[in-house]
Parts: sequence; C-alpha cells; structure tokens
Amino acid sequence: MAEYETVIGLEVHVQLKTKSKLFCGCSTEFGAPPNTHTCPVCTGMPGVLPVVNRQAVEYAIKSALALNCEVPSRSIFARKNYFYPDLPKNYQISQYEQPLAQNGYLEIGTDSAKKRVGIARINLEEDAGKLLHNIGSREIDGSLVDFNRCGVPLLEIVSSPDIKSPEEAYTYLTTLKNILRYLEVSDCDMEKGSLRCDANVSVRLVGKKELGVKAEVKNMNSFRAIQKALEYEVTRQIKALESEERIVQETRLWDEKKERTYSMRSKEEAHDYRYFPEPDLVPLVAEKKRIENIRKTISELPDMRRQRFIKEYKLSQYDAGVLTSDKALADYFEQVVKSYNNPKMVTNWVMVELLGRLNTVNKQVRESPVSPGQLADLLKLMDKGIISGKIAKTVFEEMFNTGKNPQAIVQEQKLVQITDEKEISRIVEEVLKENPDAVEEYGKGKQKAIGHLVGQVMRKTQGKANPQLVNKILKERLLKK
Amino acid sequence: MELCELTGNELLKKMEKKEISSEEIVRSVYNRINQVENKLHSFVTLTEEEASLQARNIDGNMRKGESRGLLAGIPVAIKDNMCIKNVKTTCSSHILENFISPYEATVVKKLRDAGAVFIGKTNMDEFAMGSSTENSYFGITRNPWDLDYIPGGSSGGSATAVASDETILAIGSDTGGSIRQPAACCGVVGLKPTYGRVSRYGLVAFASSLDQIGPFGKDVEDVALLMNVISGYDENDSTSVNVEVPDFTKSLIENVKGAKIGIPREYFVEGLDGEVERAVKEAIELLEKLGAKTLQISLPHTEYGVAVYYLIAPSEASANLARYDGVRYGYRSPETENLLEEYEKTRGEGFGAEVKRRIMLGTYALSSGYYDAYYLKAQKVRTLIKKDFDEAFQKVDVIVTPTAPTTAFKIGEKVDDPLQMYLSDIFTISANLAGIPGISLPCGFSKKGLPIGLQLLAKPFDEEVLLRIAYTYEKNTDWHKRKPAL
Amino acid sequence: MITKKEVEYVARLARLKLTEEEKEKYTKQLGDILEYINKLNELDTEKVEPTSHVLRLSNVFREDKVRPSLKQEEILANAPEVEASHFKVKKVIE
Ligand SMILES: [Zn+2]
Repeated sequence: MAEYETVIGLEVHVQLKTKSKLFCGCSTEFGAPPNTHTCPVCTGMPGVLPVVNRQAVEYAIKSALALNCEVPSRSIFARKNYFYPDLPKNYQISQYEQPLAQNGYLEIGTDSAKKRVGIARINLEEDAGKLLHNIGSREIDGSLVDFNRCGVPLLEIVSSPDIKSPEEAYTYLTTLKNILRYLEVSDCDMEKGSLRCDANVSVRLVGKKELGVKAEVKNMNSFRAIQKALEYEVTRQIKALESEERIVQETRLWDEKKERTYSMRSKEEAHDYRYFPEPDLVPLVAEKKRIENIRKTISELPDMRRQRFIKEYKLSQYDAGVLTSDKALADYFEQVVKSYNNPKMVTNWVMVELLGRLNTVNKQVRESPVSPGQLADLLKLMDKGIISGKIAKTVFEEMFNTGKNPQAIVQEQKLVQITDEKEISRIVEEVLKENPDAVEEYGKGKQKAIGHLVGQVMRKTQGKANPQLVNKILKERLLKK
Repeated sequence: MELCELTGNELLKKMEKKEISSEEIVRSVYNRINQVENKLHSFVTLTEEEASLQARNIDGNMRKGESRGLLAGIPVAIKDNMCIKNVKTTCSSHILENFISPYEATVVKKLRDAGAVFIGKTNMDEFAMGSSTENSYFGITRNPWDLDYIPGGSSGGSATAVASDETILAIGSDTGGSIRQPAACCGVVGLKPTYGRVSRYGLVAFASSLDQIGPFGKDVEDVALLMNVISGYDENDSTSVNVEVPDFTKSLIENVKGAKIGIPREYFVEGLDGEVERAVKEAIELLEKLGAKTLQISLPHTEYGVAVYYLIAPSEASANLARYDGVRYGYRSPETENLLEEYEKTRGEGFGAEVKRRIMLGTYALSSGYYDAYYLKAQKVRTLIKKDFDEAFQKVDVIVTPTAPTTAFKIGEKVDDPLQMYLSDIFTISANLAGIPGISLPCGFSKKGLPIGLQLLAKPFDEEVLLRIAYTYEKNTDWHKRKPAL
Repeated sequence: MITKKEVEYVARLARLKLTEEEKEKYTKQLGDILEYINKLNELDTEKVEPTSHVLRLSNVFREDKVRPSLKQEEILANAPEVEASHFKVKKVIE
C-alpha cells in the first residue's frame, strides 16, 4: 500500500465573553426565553445600524497577540452575503480583506516534541441565530428561529493547513481552548456552543506537492468527535484513492451515532458570498500604543505557567502539564499552596482525589464543592496529626458530598486521631491476645506478620489510631516477648 | 390667506404672539389635504388623529408656559422610509405594506423633541429607487404645477406636499438627488446635508455610503430651521460625525459680496435644456450683480458619475434589501412548497420592477469574478470624482449648477427606459459620491409653467455658505413665492 | 453583455423569482446599463485608491453595556408566522 499524508486545517469559532452583543446592547446571556434578548438591530429591522462593541475588539486583539499574530494597523468589516433564516439581514458582518489579525502561530505538544501550527487569520464577526426543528420530541412542520444568540461576538480563528493528523487536531484544539480560557476572553464551552469547529481535510501521496481534494467536515460537538470524524474522513479518502474513485470537494456532516460522515448533497448552489466593505461601519485602527496596552493585560499563558510550576514548586513535567492544562485547575492549585505550603502533597491531592471525584460526577474545577481553602485546611489537619492520611480521604469524600468544612466533619464524626500511648497500648494488648498465631509467626522471624497486627489495631479504632505510634508500640511489645 | 400657505417661520411668529394655535395650523393643513390629495397623492399614510392630539398637547403646554421646542406645533411630513414608532413604514413597497415600526428613527425623535407635529408619511419611489415617484406600489404622485408631469423623486411626495401646502415642512432622503431633484421639479427648497451631518439611524437603507436625510421647505429660512433640529452626532450611527452643529439660521445673511462661485463647464453641455440653461445663467448673473465673483472651473470626471453611482448604489442596495425575506416582518408569499421558494416568491412578488432591476445589477456587480471590474473600479473612480471637488473647493466657496438637465418630464415618459431615467440624475449624483452638501432652490419657470431648480454645492460641513448664498438669491427673487394653481 | 443564464444565476443568488418575461427584459436592460457603465474603462485607475467611504472616521465604538431589549411580543409583532415564541419558516433542510 502506498503511503499517504494527511493535511488538516481547522476553522474555530469562539464566542467572546462580552456582556452585550457585538453591534447592539442586547445581553449575551445564555439560556433566556426565545427572542427576549433581541432588538431592532440584531433582528435586522428596516433602518437599523450597527455600532461596534469596544470590549469585543479588545478581546479579539488580546487573543490575536496571544496567538502570535500580526495586528495590522487598519482592519475593516465586510458583508458576507447569503440567505439563511437564522441570519436576519441575510448578510453577516464579518471580515474579509484586511482582517483583524493574521500570520500567527500556536505551539502544540510537549517540550520534547514541539510544533507550530500557523494561524492564517483571525476575523471578528457576529454570530447567527438558532434554528429549531422540533419542540422536545414533537416534530414541527417547519423551522423555528430564535435570535437571542444572533449578534454575539465571534472570533473566527483559521489555522493554516499545518495539522498532520486527527490526533494533532485534538491537541491543537485543547491548546487553543486553554489559551483562550487563560485570557478570559471566552468560555470555549462546546456544549453551550461558545466554541465550534469545522475542519478541512485532504490526503495525498507522500512526496506529492499539490494538495488533495478537500472535504469540509461539520457538525461535531466535542473535541473527541472532531478527532473521530477526521479519522473517519482520512480512512474514507484513502480508500477512495486506493480504489481510484474521484474525491469531490464537498461539505460532509458528522453523524455522532453512526460514527461516520455523510455528504450534504442538498446544497444546491456554489458559494458566492459577494463580500464587500461594510458601509455602515468605519475602519478599526490599532495604534501601537493601544496594542501595547492590550498586551499588558495578557496574564501568564499556559506554557509559561507550566515552566514556572516546574521551577517554583519542583513539580514533574507531567504534573505541571496536567495542572496548567486548565486555568481554573492551576488557579485552584496555587490557592491551596498559598495556605498550605507543600506543593508535592497538594499536587497529589488535587490530581488524585479532587480530579478523580470531579471526573466521576462530571464536574468542572470551578464547580468543585470543595474550595481551595477547605482542601488546605484538611491537609493542615493531617499535617498536625489530628487525623491520619486514611481518615483524611474519608473526610475529603464527606466534604465533596456535603460541602462542609473538614474541622466540622472531624468533630461530628469523632474522627480525631488517637495519639494517647496508653490507649493504644491497651488496644495492642487486646489484639496480641486475640492473634496468637501472628505473634508466633513474628517470633519465628516473619516480619510481615506485623502488618496484619497493625491492621487489626486500626480496625478496632476505625482507623483513628496514629499508625506510627501503633507500629512503635507493637514492635516494642513484641520484642519484650 | 390660509395658515397652510405660510412658512414655518411665519407660523412660529404668529404662535409666539398667540394669534394662532397649533391645532388651527394642523386643521388648515388637513383641510388642504382633503381638497387636493386626491389629485396629487403625496401621502402613503395620514396620521390626522395623532397629529391633532400632538397639536393639542403642544398648545396646552404653551398655555402653561412650558418651554417650547424649535418647531413647537409646526406640521412636518416624513418620507415613508423613516421610522416613526407604531406607525407604518412602507417605503412605498408591497413587501413592507404592513410593517409597523417598533422603534423611532433618530431624526424623528429629534423632530418630536422639538415639538414638530407629524402629518403623515409621504409617497416615494419604492425604497427610494427612482427619480419620478412612479415606482411606488401605492400609485404615482403628480406634480402640483401640472398633473400630467412627475414631481421628481424619490422624495416626490415630500416635495409635492410642501409645494401644494399639504404640509408646512417635510423631510426627505437623498441618495443620488432624491431631495434636490424633486425640490427642483416642484419649485421648493431642498437640502442634502454633508454625509455624516444627520443620523441615518431609522432611515431604511438604500445605499448606505450615499444616503443622507435632509429638509424640504417653502423657503431657505425654513430649511435652515429644520437643519438646526435634525443635525448632529448620534451614537446609534457610526457614520454620523461628531462635529459642532452651528446655528444655521445665523448664516441667513443677505450678502454674497466677495463669495467665490465656481461654474463647472461639464454641467453646461449638450443635453441641458435651453430654458433651464437660461434660468441658471440668469441666476448666476444676479449673484454676480449682488457682488459674488464667478469663475469657470472644471470637474473633469463628471461624466462618469452616473456609471459609478449605478454600480455602488445597487451593490450596497442588493445587500441592504436582502433582509426583506418574509421571515421577521413584511409580506410573505402565501403558497410555497419549500424554503427556497418561500424566499424567491416573497421577494419576486414583494418588490417592484425597478427595485428588482437594481438588486440584480448590484448582485451581478458583486458576484464572483466581477467584483474588481465593476465594484472596485467604481470605488476608484469615486475617488477621482471626490478629488475633483476637493480641488475645486480650493478655489471657490460654492459651485453653481442646474439641479437637473430638464424640468419635470411627463408621467410614463421614461418608465421603459431605465438608462434615460438614470441620466436625469446626472447633476445631483456627484454630491452623494463625494459626500458634500447641496441645495436646490427655485430659479425660474419654463414656458409650460414648470419650475426650474438652481443647485449650489459646497465643501463638506459647509452648509452655512450654501444657506447664505441661497438666502441672498431668494431675497432678491420671488420664484419661491409662486403657488401652483390646483 | 449579460446572458439570460447569468440573469438566472444572479436572480437565484438574490432570491428573486422572475417570470420568463422579466428574465428577457432584464437581460436586455442590464445589458444596456452595463454597456453604459463600461465607459469607466476609459479611465486608468491602476494607481487610484478605492473610496468605500468619504468619511475619515475610525474606531467608533460603544461601551460594553447591556441595554434593554425589546419585549418578546414587540419583536414578534410583525412576523408573518409565529410558533412557540419563535419566528416560523418553511423547513430548513440540512
Ligand atoms: Zn439587539
């Protein structure tokens, strides 16, 4: 079989986190009743005019700078003309010639295998409304339109065709999402539609110069789905080439259930968007000073933070990578460390206990029922020997379920560690009496037998006995025998 | 003399002296409408009840001594492409026949705040596309000076209503001459302000980079008064300019001594009607006699204006009019099989012939493969036309031209020849392309008794010089005092 | 200058249903107009900047403040067809 190489370009749309829409004062809040965040401007009534939201432009420039783009001193809006019921004016105010930013790149991968994916251009544009084809399970004899989302600012981030595999596409997307979240310009939440992605994919024989015929793949609703859809497409296209079928340039939709793409044949015409400069808006001019001021608002980006974590907290590459892969998680970690300065311990607890629990209930870090302060308090209780490590895990579980403070849980459930040597000696005596076999084995030199005896003591105290003390007292006692 | 025959300024003086009330003025205007409207058809919608109520409120406020606006109690007619809240805005189109605006245009709001009384919405060429008001879904408007002739367009209803005393003042919009040319045809004064002087928010867009709202009046003084009310920056219009608005009535000084007036040779060429040429030349001689200095100038790219205009305006219009699709408002074709047909039939049936022609032209000019040859080329020639004016205004204060090459033409005469119709805008179009202000005022009559218009053009934001020269001319002539016999 | 086929293509782009008669008429009229427009080719514009706007404005912004929207019934008041507080159209097929 011949060798093929894959060429992928991604077009990502992210909603910017402004309070109001791009061209009118309507709220961008998600989840309002249909057509209540709407006004004459965003529903395209006769005679209305757009006015640009300053914050949206600043978020856009901030994103562009973080993605290493050139921000030309002048950019303009353009009308993109096509008819669709979710597009009230039947043109979208977007950008075409003279975009907001261009020629950037995004670094993906780890330190040992870094790669740059080009960012061809970044456009600022307005979102469309939402179409509904059924109400609940009831099919409608038409389509319904809700314009609440219409006019929300969108950033269109177009990558160069530098991505060589579906897996790389996945990495690109997670890296991009992470950066935009770090910048606090977008939630990048695919479920809420604040991040959407279309992919252009083609394959060609290795060594061939010209690109293969590409397919545009749409309708994926998670990063994993994008990866799967691309994997499917690559296989499909290679198969087609192998059997000498012609690949047509087309738009294909991903079917999540059947895990395959299918052709969108209903498209009855070629795109002819008739772009021209938007006459209702004036040019955006980005003066050097303004750009520098915006650059100053860029906080530490994920990669820089990862490096810092390794240096400052002496974390492993891997741990630092996981912790900084999500701004909220990294913030959480640092807040815990601030009140409980033992980064290694905090790392273990955050990565194992916290992330584990969050995963099982499918929650985000920022929704965690245990606050960073509460986790620090728990770790302090353990440090002071008030509770054992084992008990701490039980307490954490309780904190996670109830949101209560660790001190309260320890008191309520009487989980304070037993450190009274007399009390422990008493229980040790009991255990020795009840386990003559183990005592005998130990006497014969089987060191392991002590483990069993410790376990018995812990069981009797519901885990509350201080394990170091139990060990010490047991050994002393057995030696005396 | 009936109250409706007076000017706005005359009525305001009488009201100040408490000789008359707004209610009386409104009644007089409506009496006139009842007499002549069936002959003229200046209006699409009349709002007599609301107008009477508004007038009574203003009278009440004045009796209480509350502060009055600049236009307190004066009737104003609004072209039907500007939104008055809770009133129909049809643009004289089938597709917007039943559209009731849920919001108010900035200009309307300013007029309302100044105490203007809204008489009704005036007829126009559908979506302001035309030069004769023959392209209205609701029927043609007739020229009050001769009912067989067109009143000009597209603001034909506003011009007719002012000329026939169906209103005191009126507002129009001008994309390629749509205020100045009907003002000339109807023997009234009409001004197109500098692009950016008046907010376009609430003006139904035809060609966004050319559209500008402006006033109609029976004399220059009334036009200045309206300019004081409607001008100014608006945060809802990114293309309105934040410059200080002068008191335009202060520029009404009867003095043109030393004013430098340019006469562009490209406007006095073949195709210019002899009677029009004579009237305009006599006007120029009068201005010279009054102390103005005239000099020949050249605007070399004048002949390309119409071609540039008929690429840029339809291109912008093709996008601006895409929103009329029967989804959110307006006409929807009743029986269609699928979405594509719903769009195509709605728009095919909802728009008239001229609107469809221009949408087609604009769509074509922007379509793949033609953009550079047409749209971009037109934008470049637009630069040359603008440069012509920039250079001319280094030498002169105003430019004088005929407003139109002929007096009003006969109804039906050019309906089947769009190109000939387009060429009737040849003298007004350049001002829109260059964004400069222009005024048209009466300067004579043809033998048939049809009015002739004199156009004055000035550099951006210099409406004051236009008003001063127009005022001086008007003070020394009495063309504007003639009334059509109806 | 412009063919009937192009007229049909443009009419589809612009979502205009034209009768046969209209297609014929527009083919002729648009042809005449385009021929007139071709006089622009007499001018060399190689080095001329295009004017899309006569104004020299830039950076006209509004602040990111939420302003009241219209009421749902006001937005829907002019709609030809409404269902469940949505605008309703013929089925969109994807
Ligand atoms: Zn809105």
